[in-house]
Amino acid sequence: MSATRRSLALHGGLIALLFALQFVLPDYHHGNLARIMVLASYAVGYNILFGYTGLLSLGHALFFAAGMYGMGLTIQHLGFTPAPALVAGLVTGIVVSAGLALLALRTSGVAFMIVTLMFAQAGYLTILYFGEYTRGDEGFVIQQAERVLWGIDLSDPTNRYFAALILFAICLMACLHLVQRPFGKTLVAIRENEERVRMLGYDTFAHKLGAMIVSGTISATAGAVYGLLFGYVGASFASVQYSIFPLLWVLLGGAGTVLGPFIGTLFMFYLIDFSSGITTAYMLIAGVALVVLTLFAPQGLTGELRRRLWRWLP
Amino acid sequence: MTLLSTRGLSKHFAGLRAVENVDFDLPEGEVRALIGPNGAGKTTLVGMICGRITPSAGRIAFDRADITALPAHRRIRRGMAYTFQITSVFARLPARENVALAARRRLRGAEADAVVHEALDRVGLLDRIDQEAGDLSYGHQRLLEIAMGLAQAPRLLILDEPTQGLSESEIAGFTALLRDLAGRTTVLLIEHNMSVVMETADRVTVLDYGAVLAEGTPAEIHENAAVQAAYLGTG
Repeated sequence: MSATRRSLALHGGLIALLFALQFVLPDYHHGNLARIMVLASYAVGYNILFGYTGLLSLGHALFFAAGMYGMGLTIQHLGFTPAPALVAGLVTGIVVSAGLALLALRTSGVAFMIVTLMFAQAGYLTILYFGEYTRGDEGFVIQQAERVLWGIDLSDPTNRYFAALILFAICLMACLHLVQRPFGKTLVAIRENEERVRMLGYDTFAHKLGAMIVSGTISATAGAVYGLLFGYVGASFASVQYSIFPLLWVLLGGAGTVLGPFIGTLFMFYLIDFSSGITTAYMLIAGVALVVLTLFAPQGLTGELRRRLWRWLP
Repeated sequence: MTLLSTRGLSKHFAGLRAVENVDFDLPEGEVRALIGPNGAGKTTLVGMICGRITPSAGRIAFDRADITALPAHRRIRRGMAYTFQITSVFARLPARENVALAARRRLRGAEADAVVHEALDRVGLLDRIDQEAGDLSYGHQRLLEIAMGLAQAPRLLILDEPTQGLSESEIAGFTALLRDLAGRTTVLLIEHNMSVVMETADRVTVLDYGAVLAEGTPAEIHENAAVQAAYLGTG
């Protein structure tokens, strides 16, 4: 079997497994997994910029929140139904990521991290500043009646699970497709040696711009879907914490692997879930586990799998 | 026809005149060697030609068009290829992907594959196609650089000290490859190995203290007293 077929089988298999789990999982884990799939979609978006292009952004919460608020505010204030509201979230994501990319890509390295971090903070403060519309820190709830998409009630756990699965499947397969295309391979080459890529005649700025827009748009879509499925839009999703989360998930799962973001999100979610059942100092357990993992699997879980067993893993 | 020409090209680094007022013409199809002592400004001159370094003054024309203001990637697209003096391959990618990146800018799919195989075959690395570039020996990485240059099918191939670190047999292979290219591709070759220069170059330009000291056939340069003084010192 060729590497392309094998990876298609593996990633398709994961989606089929997630589909099947829906019928056997107990309620609690069922709900968790729906949440994990949406957050993993966010991480998939982050991974395209960080894992494949080698640009470390500390401001992805701006994109996640752009999608979430683009969706939520249009429902709340303009009376949009879910479908056009999701489109509004997606478009907001494209606009915000293109705008930030044009500014931040003038820098590189540490300066890029700082510029993205600062713009995300500015976005967070903007949400608080316009509290009259956004309800600031407190946020606002999207009522059950407003969460009916084409006659399907998204507040119902089963529907919610399927919606999350559809989003995740699209993001996962889009990422897999992207990294096997010449565009994605050029991004990897930029990560490895940008100057060499430029001297092969590629416009590296245009490639990085494209990567950041794709990454930001996927993140924004995940944010919009998150708000719609769980019925809440709040400023905490724009805080710096939500910029660090996808970085951690991707690092743990394996940066620059298609499966890594999902594995990392799943692992971290249950690590915190498990340790908070033992002690209130659950971050201590989580922290130790993270240190151990970084020491012994510096390339993340999927990265180690690729290094040791499956070298064909995309 | 002149493929590449520079007029009054200069580069000053905070008072250091690395390249000073260089007028340089390279006719199409010629193999030109650029020689000179260390620090003569060879890499700086070539860096300005391919767009890695912004000139302090002067113009550069390629294929009759002024390219002085073009960014590097646009110059490369017009048909230049540059191989780095300090090996700059994609260490964590296989040899195949290294060359494929060079080929894919203009070709896709099976056509690109064919060019990759041909380029690796010509430098003798076809049997290492799936090896990671970082695992190749230094000499093989130099050859991989050259394969990346070939895969671009450039009109002007700029080679910055390609034989540095190659074994005698690899140098012989490289010389044969260069002779094979001669006439079809214009080559600008920075080279310290004088026997390679003598065997392959149509003409030689000598650079010293950032300025052109002499230009002529390899035999003329070999006899030139000023060149000998520059290389050996006047005591």
